[in-house]
Amino acid sequence: MPAKVVTVTSGKGGVGKTTATANIGAALAANNQKVVCIDADIGLRNLDVVLGLENRIVYDLVDVIEGRCRLRQAMIRDKRLPELYLIPAAQTRDKSAVSPSDMVRLCNELREEFDWVMIDSPAGIERGFRNALAPADIVIVITNPEVSAVRDADRIIGLIESEEKGPARLVLNRIKPSMVKRGDMLSMEDVLELLAVELIGLVPDDEVVVVSTNRGLPVALDGKSKAGQAFRNIARRLEGDQVPFLNLDDNGSFFDRLKSLIRPGGN
Amino acid sequence: MQQPSDLDKKNMVEKAQIKGIREGLLITVGEGDWEQVHASLLEQLDEQGSFLHGARLAVDVGTHVLKAAELGKLRNDISERELTLWAVLSSSPMTEQTAQTLGLATRIGKPLPEYPAARPDPNLQSGEEAILVHRTLRSGSSLNHAGHIVVIGDVNPGAEIIASGDVVIWGRLRGMVHAGAEGDENAVVCALDLSPTQLRIAGHIAVTPQRRGKLNPEKAHLVNGQVVAETWDPKKSK
Repeated sequence: MPAKVVTVTSGKGGVGKTTATANIGAALAANNQKVVCIDADIGLRNLDVVLGLENRIVYDLVDVIEGRCRLRQAMIRDKRLPELYLIPAAQTRDKSAVSPSDMVRLCNELREEFDWVMIDSPAGIERGFRNALAPADIVIVITNPEVSAVRDADRIIGLIESEEKGPARLVLNRIKPSMVKRGDMLSMEDVLELLAVELIGLVPDDEVVVVSTNRGLPVALDGKSKAGQAFRNIARRLEGDQVPFLNLDDNGSFFDRLKSLIRPGGN
Repeated sequence: MQQPSDLDKKNMVEKAQIKGIREGLLITVGEGDWEQVHASLLEQLDEQGSFLHGARLAVDVGTHVLKAAELGKLRNDISERELTLWAVLSSSPMTEQTAQTLGLATRIGKPLPEYPAARPDPNLQSGEEAILVHRTLRSGSSLNHAGHIVVIGDVNPGAEIIASGDVVIWGRLRGMVHAGAEGDENAVVCALDLSPTQLRIAGHIAVTPQRRGKLNPEKAHLVNGQVVAETWDPKKSK
């Protein structure tokens, strides 16, 4: 089955591209899909750390493109999820080592073998972003409920449209329901009104994400975390399922907690 | 634009002319099918080899009407040769607009003028023509036109519109807008939701005050050198 190439991008740095790539990839692999994640952030690689595969890197993306190894040799297989592979970025080179057409060629080779190719884009709108965008079938834009992140997301969505890769799909990451309720944070409606694109995920701010990222264990594999549930839902929506959005209105009353105990993991 | 006078007619497409300008190199491509023109241009660049290495190119595509994908491919192909495409000149407003959305310049020789000087082509009289843009302008996109501009869609923060005439936005105006950019003090700006980051008419600047009350279509114009926004009233309009 030919794979779908999904590029995860944001414009602004630090909004959660790498975490989202790792977790959506892991969630897809946990659903018995064959997934390869590519780190396109050459020179500032992170995806290997988030997936906990850093110590197994021998060859990287630039080695494949420059012909120093075969594609197979650069693919690191995740031990927890045998259907999840990683192609790491080179740490000692920069974005100019790869061109958009190199990425298209590489992805075309991978399409035959996998169900999903997930590409983690670097921040910015320069060469690295264009490398990550070139092979994409689906583009996921990550943003936070902050004015600056939303502004950058708008710019990126415009660029995606002008490269005729649209329409982009949006993931709103790190929502703090209590702050939204107080009116101190942009709400989902505010963001969608400006960006006017299809929403594919709402991910709450969750301390567990920081812990799991540091340990290299994708939070999507943690059955208890709300953020993990949100990433699993994104994966299912990519697969074409209709999944209702998480109810993030966690007002924490005793009765609500009791209800969530009775229906664990309910949406 | 000068075309070579005695060209070999057997050639499918004319060779592109390359000449040095202050900002780098200006390449004027010939007529004919764009794919062939594109291929022949790349061939020419390859022939020049390392001589051009690192050069900044402006490409004059003349009357070719190009889509975003075609311009994007041109830019990619050029960047793969270690060259930079920074400007696309065209006689087609559509192509100019597409180039602008890709972040390419569409004018050379004139560095961006100091604020608040006008940027549009001075050959056109204000009000001579209008363009209609049927999409949302997102952050980073810029629309420059000597004449009026009508947008059906939103203008998001970070986008800018500069017109020598009037600006009409059928949607939410949240970006920067400059009407009467050549000094026309009678220019107006209308929008269904007039909340620009900054609004300029001729040489006058205003920012949107905090919105109160309910949303109405508004028109901004100059009254004694002050930018004034008024709720659109069909009875008062001429």
